[in-house]
This record gives sequence, C-alpha cells and structure tokens, in this order.
Amino acid sequence: MPATATGVHHRSYASELRLRHTRAEKARLVLVALLVLALPFLVTPYWLTIVNQIGIAIVGAVGLNILVGYTGQISLGQGGFLAVGAYSSAILHLRADLPVPVSIALAVLTTAVLGAFFGIPALRLKGLYLAIATLASQEVILFTVRTWDAVTGGTDAISLPRLEMAGFVFRKDFHWYWIIAAFAVLAVITGRNLFRTGLGRSFMAVRDQDIAASAIGIDVTKTKVLAFAISSAYAGLAGALTAHYTGIVTWERFTLDVSVLYLAIIIVGGLGSIAGSVYGAIFMITLPALITRFGQDIQSVWSDAAAKVPAVQVVVFGLVIVLFLIFEPRGLNRIWQRMKDYIRFWPFRY
Amino acid sequence: MTEFFQLTLFGLSNGAILALAALGFVLIYKATGVINFAQGHFLLIGAYVFYAAMLVFGFHWSLAILVGVVVAIALGVLVERFVLRPMIGEDAIAVIMVTIGLSSMLGGGVQFFFGTSPKQTPKFLPSGSLELAGATIPYSRLAAIVIAAVVLTAFTLFFTRSRHGIAMRAVADDQQASLTIGISVRKVFAMAWALAAVTAVIGGILLADLTGVSANLAGFGLVVFPVVILGGLDSVPGTIVGGAIIGLLVQYSAGYIGNGFEQIVPFIVLIAILMVRPYGLFGQTRIERV
Repeated sequence: MPATATGVHHRSYASELRLRHTRAEKARLVLVALLVLALPFLVTPYWLTIVNQIGIAIVGAVGLNILVGYTGQISLGQGGFLAVGAYSSAILHLRADLPVPVSIALAVLTTAVLGAFFGIPALRLKGLYLAIATLASQEVILFTVRTWDAVTGGTDAISLPRLEMAGFVFRKDFHWYWIIAAFAVLAVITGRNLFRTGLGRSFMAVRDQDIAASAIGIDVTKTKVLAFAISSAYAGLAGALTAHYTGIVTWERFTLDVSVLYLAIIIVGGLGSIAGSVYGAIFMITLPALITRFGQDIQSVWSDAAAKVPAVQVVVFGLVIVLFLIFEPRGLNRIWQRMKDYIRFWPFRY
Repeated sequence: MTEFFQLTLFGLSNGAILALAALGFVLIYKATGVINFAQGHFLLIGAYVFYAAMLVFGFHWSLAILVGVVVAIALGVLVERFVLRPMIGEDAIAVIMVTIGLSSMLGGGVQFFFGTSPKQTPKFLPSGSLELAGATIPYSRLAAIVIAAVVLTAFTLFFTRSRHGIAMRAVADDQQASLTIGISVRKVFAMAWALAAVTAVIGGILLADLTGVSANLAGFGLVVFPVVILGGLDSVPGTIVGGAIIGLLVQYSAGYIGNGFEQIVPFIVLIAILMVRPYGLFGQTRIERV
C-alpha cells in the first residue's frame, strides 16, 4: 500500500470478495504456511501431541463457530456430536470392516444428519431456551452411547487398531500431524469460503435479524437446519479424527465439559470469525498444558503442586472465559486486529 | 404398593430440594433475566462451607448453617457486582457463558481446597426411620421436605407481602417503570442473587446431610433445568410443582424401569416441554417464538 493511500478501497465486486487484499496479508499467509510445514520439526514430542490436539480442536471449533458465531444458534451439544462422529467411525471401521477414509466420511455424514435432527428445536426456540434444549440433546446422545451396548459397547471403551494405509502404519504423532494438519487447513479454508457464498451470507442474515432475513426471501427453517448439519459435520470429522488418532473411544471424552470447552474456544478466539476459532483453539488447549508444566516446575518449592494442577486448570479455564467476556467479548481475533491497526496507523491513533 | 410408597417419598424429598435449587434459579431469572448455569455450584459451595464450618472449624450445626448463609449472601452480591453487571445488554450466549465460566471457577475452587474425594458430614437431621404401610421412611427425608416447604412458603410470602419482594416483582415486570417510582434496580439485582445463593446453600446443606458431600452435587444443578422449564422459568409455584414432578419421575423410572434410565427422563421431559409449551406450566407466555 503506498504511503498516500487512506485505506482499502474496492473498484469491483471481485476485488471486494477477495480474501486477501494487501501485500502484508499475502506475506502473512506464506509465513503461516511455512510455520505449519516446519512445526513438527521444531517442537518436542510432548508438545507435538498438544499440537495435534489443537489441530483437531480447530476442526471442531470452526464447525461450532459456523453455528454459534455466524448463525447465532447457541449449542451446548458439541460434545455429543463429537461422540457421534467418533463412535460411528470406530464402529463402521471395526464392525463393517470399512477402510478408515470411508468410515470417516460416513461418520461425517451420519453426524450431519443427526445434527440436523437435533437442530429441529432451533426452529421454535431462541437464545436461552435453545441452549437448554441443546444441553438436553447432549445428555440424550451420551445416554444412548452409554446404554446401547449392542452397538457402542456401552460404558466400555472401544479400542481401535493403528491406522494403516497402503502398507504404511501411522504410529507416531509425527505421522498423524500431517493428517490432522491437512484436515485443519481444509476446515479453515472451507469455513472461510463458506461465508463468501450465498448460503453463508444467509446464515449471517438469520443471525442478525431472522424476520428481516425471511422478508428478503431466505428460508429460515432450511437455513437453520443446514447450519446445524454443516456445523455437526465438522464436529463429526473432529470426533472421528480423535477416535483414530487416540485409538480409544469412550463416552467420558465427550461430556458436557467438552461442549463447554468448544464454546470457550470460540468465545476466547472470537465469535463469528474463522481465524478466531484457530486462535481460540491454540490458546485454550495450550493453557492447561502450560499450567501442568508450571506445576511440575514449582514442585520442588511446593510439593503439593502437581496434585493441585487439575483444580487450578479448572479455575483458570473459568477465569479466562469470564475475563474475556467482561473485557474483550470479541476475543483474541479483535485483539490481533487492534494490534495490526495500531502498527499500521502508527504514529497516529486512528 | 410398599415400593410405590417408598419411591414416592424419596421422589418428593428429592423434589423438595430440587424446588429449592430451582427457586434460586427463578429468582435470578425473574429479576435480572439471566439463566444461571452456576446454580448447581452454589449448592456445592453451600455444602462445602457447611462441611468446613462443622468439621474444620468445629462449629455447632446451627452456627455452621449461619456461616453458610452469610457466605452465600456475600457470594451472591459479589458475583452480581463483578461478573453479571458488566454483562447487562450483552447477547444471550455471553450471559450463558459467563455463568458457565463462573461455575467452573467455583467447582475448581472447591476441588482446590477440598480435593475430589467425597466427604461425610455429621448428621444434624433426625436419624432413625418410620415404618409406614411396610415402607421405611427415614426421618431425615421427611425433615428435608418440611424444611423445603417452610423455605418455599417463606419466599412466597416474601413476594406477596414484603416491600422488597414486591419491589423485585416490579423490577421483573418493567425495569424502567420501577426506576421512575424510586426502586433501586441495582439493589434488587444484588438482592436477587443473594437470595438465590441462600436458597442454593440451604439446598446444598440438606443434600449434604442426605447424600454426603462430593463434587457430584454440582450435577444436581443440571437437573434443575428440567424443573424450571417444566414449571415455567419465572414462576415460584412452578418450581414446587416442577420439582415434585421431576423428583417423582426420576424415582419411579429408577424403581420400575431401571437401567440408568432415570438419568435421562428429566431431559426427555425437558425437550418435550420445550417443543410443546416452552413457557412451562405456570410461566408467562412471553417467550419469543421463531
């Protein structure tokens, strides 16, 4: 941008729709791509497992942000949908002997259909009431998983063999990194581009004013159900990846706490922002790991430290949510934008 | 028949405590329009404060209850002032998440100081049991029902007779109109949170006596949702009826169906009610439909 330019101006619709306008944005994209490629070579094995968890969380968070941030439908059922994804992929792989890519694809489809079904209350309910209804869906899904012994194995964990494709066994975190990174990148790209399409725009219209949206010809019913289906598809993918990556599927991994974690990710990252989902996932997954580390470090000073770590993690988790909502409800994404603006306009304030 | 009688009594006593927890929920929703996801954790705090006062500091149980109530009032006022007031005018999602964050802080705090293993408090409700029509009815359960009934009646009287109660109803109805006639909306908000915390603490203390003290008590907070939705989010009598119905349903399904089905019955009722009559049995039909 030349020094005389006053901002970003568009002379055609195509230029406005472009995702990246300035040279700085393109340069950052290259840097991020390089970082994604170099990351597994730079971090220790312990942090690589954290990185993989972040990758999976990004997929799920993008999905939840589509529903909550962009369509304005509050869902406390993300954990349930992750469970559906994980269990259906595991069961299809083990019982029906389907290859993993096929079982994952079918799991995504199953979760999308089920998500659309559990989205039906959204057609009648809004806000607080919808949140409570999705909370009930979460409980119903997990109860089904726990008691439907014949299919899900009940409360026993299902263990999965290591992923093997074309004779290659994905046994290390390093191998899995590439699969998870590919899916996380795919989730971000599809999520970002969804909101350049008519469907994505109708999601936002429903969020901003549903009556006005229907007045300009948007089918609100269809839009809401689709938002639930698309969001659940991402959740299903995240669940299926968790299942095959960890090799163990158990209902305890998909409780209400997980739904809350995902909501926290998108709130801390920034509601209605795909980049925010990524920042939030990185922040909320790294934080407990850092606390664990810190607890180990101060163990020599305070011998109880390691035992107190889980409690401290829970308190800090809650504190982060509360502080973000009070001081920066638009999340890390907004903080990052403010920093960029500050540098861009320096020495002027605006 | 004996089993039926027994299940009914256990259901009613659970329902009574549920109604207490739900009452706090309704108080907050009525006055401030906030759904408090941390209500279960207020129960938890109540139980643990009571436990700590009795066993760690060695207070008499009546003094321990007093300590619990004082802590509850302080907690309610602080939470309203520092957590909920900045949220006025924010989206539903922000309000929900801030109370969820709060519940996480409370739960984590309890875990930090008391660990995760269940604790046993000395009983203060009368022990022993009554044989009636072949069923064994512990006195403690009967006492819980009586205490809950007294507290609920007191609150109903408070809302209809006392100036403060009437002021709270006025604020719930129209905040601006209440301001013009000289009601301090801030004080009413603080009072709603304090009273809600007090009811939760009483519920927590009763639960502590009946079932012991552990982190699982917070799970009771989840069962409160079906109760308040069934009774109506803004109705005090609704909590009593809702609490009784949910308490009975849970016990009957545990006794006659079993297989863990009782954990899910409240939520099935919840979804059904939300789909058919979202404002509940006694709630005002003000809900925004889509």
